Amino acid sequence: MTAPTQQKLKVNGPVVVTANRLSDGAVVYRSAVGGWTARLAAAAVVTTAQAAGELLAEANADDFAVAAYVAPVALRDGRIEPGNLRERIRLAGPTFELPLTFGI
Amino acid sequence: MYVYDEFDRTLVAERVAEFRDQVARRLSGELTEEEFKPLRLMNGVYLQLRAYMLRVAIPYGSLSSTQLRKLAHIARRYDRNYGHFTTRQNLQFNWIKLSDLPDVMAELAEASLHGMQTSGNCVRNITTDQWAGVAADEIEDPRIWAEILRQHSTMHPEFSFLPRKFKIAITAARHDRAAVRVHDIGLRLHRNGAGEIGFEVIVGGGLGRTPFIGKTIKPFLPKRDLLSYVEAILRVYNQYGRRDNIFKARIKILVHELGAERFAAEVESEWAAIKDGVLAIDAAAIADIAARFRYPRYERLDDDPAELMLARQATAGFDTWYRNTVSRHKVPGYAIVTLSLKPVGGPPGDVTAEQMDAIADVADRYSFGEIRVGHEQNLVLSHVAQRDLPALWQALDRSGVATPNVGLVSDIISCPGLDYCSLANARSIPVAQELTRRFRDLENQRGIGRLHINISGCINACGHHHVGHIGILGVEKNGEEFYQITLGGRSDELAELGALLGPAVPYGEVADVIEDVIAAYRELRASPNELFIDTVKRVGVEPFRERVYAAR
Repeated sequence: MTAPTQQKLKVNGPVVVTANRLSDGAVVYRSAVGGWTARLAAAAVVTTAQAAGELLAEANADDFAVAAYVAPVALRDGRIEPGNLRERIRLAGPTFELPLTFGI
Repeated sequence: MYVYDEFDRTLVAERVAEFRDQVARRLSGELTEEEFKPLRLMNGVYLQLRAYMLRVAIPYGSLSSTQLRKLAHIARRYDRNYGHFTTRQNLQFNWIKLSDLPDVMAELAEASLHGMQTSGNCVRNITTDQWAGVAADEIEDPRIWAEILRQHSTMHPEFSFLPRKFKIAITAARHDRAAVRVHDIGLRLHRNGAGEIGFEVIVGGGLGRTPFIGKTIKPFLPKRDLLSYVEAILRVYNQYGRRDNIFKARIKILVHELGAERFAAEVESEWAAIKDGVLAIDAAAIADIAARFRYPRYERLDDDPAELMLARQATAGFDTWYRNTVSRHKVPGYAIVTLSLKPVGGPPGDVTAEQMDAIADVADRYSFGEIRVGHEQNLVLSHVAQRDLPALWQALDRSGVATPNVGLVSDIISCPGLDYCSLANARSIPVAQELTRRFRDLENQRGIGRLHINISGCINACGHHHVGHIGILGVEKNGEEFYQITLGGRSDELAELGALLGPAVPYGEVADVIEDVIAAYRELRASPNELFIDTVKRVGVEPFRERVYAAR
């Protein structure tokens, strides 16, 4: 598929800007107070293409993280949740138990 | 095993130093991401969904026990205690930190391992038969030719910026275990009418978005001409391959658009100018490479020793494992043993650090310290004395790699899918895990017989779904995971692409549909001995479609 970083910016609901931390690839979000956060709950949520574009431009100018893109979120009971499966996996990890002791 | 010389070790050490400097400059901000990305990719470093991934090359799938222990150490110290063997005979670490990567590369280099040729638009890791050098049905060891090509292509300036990645596979056996017909170049060593050994050259095979079975453009190529002919193919590709559209950049598109005959004519024209030049391989050069492959000092043994036959009679579990995983060796008294990395509920191809260490130990004890990696994501011990098989089985069983399901329905080939991969649309591993649970009953699996399921989480087809007897392709529809199912693909000497069964099904129904496909096969097969792939060939997809979709 085309990676989100290569897709045209479309905003049809609440979104955040997310990226991977340069040093280790960990998932980070553009924060509501500027800079980056590892907590989705602290991410800046915007709802227009212009605001998302501005947030993305800030993110791309900040070398702390790489491969920034706009990702959908869902707002439920005041909580920010990932807007699709890809973002759920990015936040929480693989959907199966990691193979630490399988088969033994 | 091939023994690296000082030149190889120096080359790898220099690459480590260069990469250490590049990482330092990236972390300090001296290099931008745009500048750094192609440099990290040249060393097999990808950025995936939640972490960097390092792909380590295992040339032609041969590993020493020392190398496997080093991989275990990397998994333990720098990753999350496991690695993933891929469909290209490589190993991937999924959780490597960029800041650790220079040290990881330096540690790998201590064991003559690296990530070169595992990414980028270059000639990738050259793959071959995991039974190379020991298969009873091969005419010579194809790894010698893989090594010659590896040396020629590594950091070759003319072929480091091809239109797209380039994959070469070689087989020298009657039965193709290397899938040569679905590679950019497939090479099949065989004898011509005069009894000489040379290569059938197959070009333009490949999977991905636009799958093709390769076309033979040279039925017999003398050995001396291998490098010049491959170079001629690469030059024609470099000149005419498309760079304007990534989806049309592979050589298979060029061969398809030009036609195999015209493509072959272009290659012949290029080849005529270089065939008698410096690339002609003389016998001394071949002998020099061959001499650096060290073969075990086999004992003189007889096949089927008494202790083996007694153990088979005495222990049903051992006999079951023996019949499923042990194959004939070219040397009497020895055996080739496949280690299943597909336990019930396990991610296909994943191995923990403890398992790697344990396998390295048994390889030292029972297989002259050598391990092979197959594109089916299983491992092989290539030189086991048959008398040692009962003890080996017990050791492998303790390590969880003695599941007797090789070649059966639960021996599933799967890409990492959306659980790891930034390109994926849908998950692969949980689909494979659920199928292994549905078909956990070994007697049922044996009743079904040989059947290959291949799963890919996107159209890039790293799970080779097009050539699975049953292929499963994950796609996204309106934010949901759906799966297209194909039947009748195969990657051996009778390579074919699978045909679509019907409309894609949602994630939660995939295992049910596969159960229905297999139930239909049991009804449709002419006899219990007719393999799934042969039934599909005989009756086509339609009878399966009717049965599977009638109730949906």
